[in-house]
Amino acid sequence: MRTVGVIFRRELAAYFTTPVAYVFIVIFLVLAGALTFYVGNFFERGQADLQAFFDFHPWLYLFLIPALSMRLWAEERKSGSLEMLLTLPVTVPQAVLGKFLAAWVFVGIALALTVPLWLTVNYLGHPDNGVILGGYVGSFLMAGAFLSIGAACSALSKSQVIAFVISAAVCFLFIAMGSRIVLGPVQTVLPTWLLQTVTSLSFLDHFSGIARGQVAFSDVIFFGSVMALFLFANTLLVELKKAD
Amino acid sequence: MHLIEIEGLAKSFGPIEAVRGVSFSVNRGEVLGFLGPNGAGKSTTMKMLAGFLTPTAGWARICGHDVVTDGLAARRRLGYLPEGAPAYPDMAAGDFLMFIARIRGYRGAEARRVVADAVARVELGAVFNQPIETLSKGFKRRVGLAQALLHDPDVLILDEPTDGLDPNQKHHVRELIAGMAQTKAIIISTHILEEVDAVCTRAMVIAGGRVLVDGTPAELEARSPYHHAVYVRTIGAVPDVIIAELTALPQVRRVEPSGRADDPGVYVLPSGDADTAAYVRHLFGLRGVTVAELRVERGRLDGVFRDITQAAA
Repeated sequence: MRTVGVIFRRELAAYFTTPVAYVFIVIFLVLAGALTFYVGNFFERGQADLQAFFDFHPWLYLFLIPALSMRLWAEERKSGSLEMLLTLPVTVPQAVLGKFLAAWVFVGIALALTVPLWLTVNYLGHPDNGVILGGYVGSFLMAGAFLSIGAACSALSKSQVIAFVISAAVCFLFIAMGSRIVLGPVQTVLPTWLLQTVTSLSFLDHFSGIARGQVAFSDVIFFGSVMALFLFANTLLVELKKAD
Repeated sequence: MHLIEIEGLAKSFGPIEAVRGVSFSVNRGEVLGFLGPNGAGKSTTMKMLAGFLTPTAGWARICGHDVVTDGLAARRRLGYLPEGAPAYPDMAAGDFLMFIARIRGYRGAEARRVVADAVARVELGAVFNQPIETLSKGFKRRVGLAQALLHDPDVLILDEPTDGLDPNQKHHVRELIAGMAQTKAIIISTHILEEVDAVCTRAMVIAGGRVLVDGTPAELEARSPYHHAVYVRTIGAVPDVIIAELTALPQVRRVEPSGRADDPGVYVLPSGDADTAAYVRHLFGLRGVTVAELRVERGRLDGVFRDITQAAA
């Protein structure tokens, strides 16, 4: 666990020694704000809540998270530093966990910086702060799930561009799992139970409940399972691909 | 117990057999030089020893710990410099070494002490706070070396530690390795033959994934046809009569011109262990020809290297 902590600290610090952190945070805040006010009609809705803010998170994450996660493994493999890292007394699961946690905490920091929005609704009215807290928790969990997908995809290739494109595509699949775009072509072919299973994997469904303040245990378990599954896949992929 | 033990180690990448059954062991106090053409399997063998690649067959142990089944313990006792000395380019050299120290389990003041020690040993103080990506090739390599020997490991594996360094830096790194040689088992890979002579107590020629020769650098030199050959230069060309007389001696196998247009000297290649130099000197004196230069060659490693690796190919 101490080793995970050492890797975590290095990774987190690395975000802030390069422009990555600042660019990511600024773009995230600007986009989150713009979408909330202009597309989500924050003022016109006349309601003191952050619904308009949280509704856009899946779509924001769809391309921002892969941009963050694409370098996690692809860069290490390309530069050869992976060989240095894995010949230290470090196991692959420790490295996977340390890197993932650093990226997740980093997204958490970006998310925490949207607090002025929360202050704004509290200034303008009397929102249900429990619902808002639930929204933040849900958004953070969903970001973790996206990140785990992105991290696994990053281990697939030495090319960060390929890692980005594949992660964005996989993330989109998970967002839109229940929608017609994904299920349309196969709707008539697949048995109902399978359709229901696939639909139940939709991030959108699991997140929309949380964003409305209903933090269901099943949703928490769902995002947790997605993270566990993809981090496991990440470990296997690093083991498998490290020598290429 | 040998600090490094390897038995029947092999690695294939699909249909390509990079390493085909390598076995050897290295004791404390030995510096083993891996020699071989590019693609010979040197780096692959080192990567398996360092636990980065999993062998297809055979096993390897570092200080008695199997590199696959007990990899963590093996890697704790090992310092490894990968080819090209990769590091995190965004990090300052000092921060990077602090990271390595923490990964190696050092904390607080102790971590600062081991980092300061390593920095002093490879003379890195001047660039301690500079990002690694801004460093020259020599300093980058030294950061990699500091990383490998920070925890004072019993076993050091260095993949081309002097590649790309200038002659002064090369000399410094060789001194560093020689200074540690007594207390450690060290493997270095190189294709610079003079390096083998300078630092290694043992040389191993690898080509096509196999060990072709395993001996001391002196034994390797002894395989050269120029081993104990006598170079003689006179003022002006060496007279043909003397060359004929030299060739007729039973102690002489062959007389060769130096091969350079501006050098009138000749090489007298001995047959067997004869002390040819004495005969040569005597003959020249007898014929009244003044010798301007006379020296005994030790043997040419590059020739030996070519002969061994090309015969195998």
